[in-house]
Amino acid sequence: MPDTHPPIQYVAKNMRLDLRLIAEMVTPGARVLDIGCGDGALLAHLTTTKGADARGIEIDMAEVTEAVANGLAVIHGDADNDLAFYPDAAFDYVILSRTLQAVEKPREVLRQMLRIGRHAIVSFPNFGHWQVRWQLLTGGRMPMTGTWHRPWFETPNIHPCTIRDFFDLCALEGYVVEQWLAADENGLRAPWRRASRLANLFGEQALFLLRRA
Amino acid sequence: MLGLKATPMAMSASVAPFPQVDHQRAVFGAALPLDCGATLARHAAAYRTYGKLNQARSNAVLVCHALTGDQYLAETNPVTGKPGWWDNIVGPGRPLDTDRYFLICANVLGGCMGSTGPREEMTDAEGNGLGRPWGTDFPNITVRDMVRQQKSLIEHLGIARLLAVVGGSLGGMQALQWAACYPESVFACVPIATAAQHSAQNIAFDEVGRAAIHADPDYKGGRYWEDGRVPAQGLSVARMVAHITYLSEEALQRKFGRKLRGAQTLTLLEDVFEVQSYLRHQGSTFVRRFDANSYLTITRATDYLDIAAEHEGSLASAFAGTATRFFVASFSSDWLYPTSESRHIVRALNAAAANVSFVEFPTDKGHDAFLLEEPEFHRALGGFLAGCAARLGV
Repeated sequence: MPDTHPPIQYVAKNMRLDLRLIAEMVTPGARVLDIGCGDGALLAHLTTTKGADARGIEIDMAEVTEAVANGLAVIHGDADNDLAFYPDAAFDYVILSRTLQAVEKPREVLRQMLRIGRHAIVSFPNFGHWQVRWQLLTGGRMPMTGTWHRPWFETPNIHPCTIRDFFDLCALEGYVVEQWLAADENGLRAPWRRASRLANLFGEQALFLLRRA
Repeated sequence: MLGLKATPMAMSASVAPFPQVDHQRAVFGAALPLDCGATLARHAAAYRTYGKLNQARSNAVLVCHALTGDQYLAETNPVTGKPGWWDNIVGPGRPLDTDRYFLICANVLGGCMGSTGPREEMTDAEGNGLGRPWGTDFPNITVRDMVRQQKSLIEHLGIARLLAVVGGSLGGMQALQWAACYPESVFACVPIATAAQHSAQNIAFDEVGRAAIHADPDYKGGRYWEDGRVPAQGLSVARMVAHITYLSEEALQRKFGRKLRGAQTLTLLEDVFEVQSYLRHQGSTFVRRFDANSYLTITRATDYLDIAAEHEGSLASAFAGTATRFFVASFSSDWLYPTSESRHIVRALNAAAANVSFVEFPTDKGHDAFLLEEPEFHRALGGFLAGCAARLGV
């Protein structure tokens, strides 16, 4: 499988837009692990349209049951505790969509993802978005936006980060950013995606394709 | 033993056994080598089937029963007169869909419902009948031996590859052993509420049951069959202890609490708690249908189980390179084979890069949940099997 990826285009319908963007990054026939796969919509899509060998991990029992009942290979587990048991390079892509900010040890989860996968696809809500900054600056309280919509005392998002923070972590860990983009809440790409400072200000969601150096 | 003396049931002389039944059996002339080194020159497997084997012989599902289960999966049990043990999920349109699959269920080797075991006629090295039951001379067997015999049965039925092997508890252990021993013959494997090895606590509970049987004077060193008696007292205590491990504390509390039989308040005279009465009933009906030596043989087989040990201490290597698809299921209140045991299996399968699904179903019904009404479990099981069937074009 070539390591150069085709430019991202729109594909799937009837699926969350950010998942469509992720699906575009996956090459046909790939072995894929989707961490936090929900009811397996992305797995089903990758299986049928890309001929992928797609598997998932999901923490919510009802979602896992739904996925398994639909014939998908999903285990009831979580990113912090279950990745360590997979062998090195078991997958071509390991996907973590909108979950990095909610795991206990994001740095360790990323390490595990790039140990068990040749590539990691990571999306997360950008805490650097201007509305977040503005609310904290002017209101002096934890921001509440469309993306960050749970009060601080009950949010599962215990490790928020910005796009620039994430670039820094990749540099620190020696990960190669193969592709990245910022998008609005619905997964539509924003025009300022090539400038990280602008993306960090205007992007609500970030999507990265990484590999080990 | 507390309270047992007051019950009318437990004396062996008063035990009225259920009727003797001729079970459908496949008899094998070829010797069956056992893990203990012994060989059974001739052996038989009692089995039942449901649904139809298709032309391609690709729709066979082997269902493995638990410790005291039998081959009467989904029909009136001819011995007890009760419905089949998994009647609730077998039938047209149900998870084990008889319109789509050909279900096979066999009494395990060592059992007492027609398969070769302690209650069946002992044979010599040439396979000649010796006119007496095996009794305690029946060799020590393992779960792998049970599976080896089932392989003979499957071949006898002309099936090269099973669509799935499904089982709960001891049945799940058999399913795992199938996948470990004959990966090419198992497209999908569904171990439910089970473990890849018996824990010290599992062995300890089994030992209490065995000790109760051994302590019964009617056991007579295992030769109780000589004068037609059964060690009913011991076997019923074994069943009572085991039955407690099948239920959760919550379920027991919900069902019985501190309710008394036939009284509203404690008199401190001859009070019988509902839970006592229930356990006595479980014990007393059990001794009418189950053979004590079989109970000893099968519980020992489960205690011996350690699939990792059979593969240089690594459960993952038992499944290395497997193409089998797995669905591991556990129940939140099962403390006999808790979710941690299932997770251990799942992690080993992940380490083997196997295709595995896993769900822990929330329930307060304990280990027995796998036999009861658990709609989410049934939906997942049905969907998983249907997905596998679709992949095989069944």
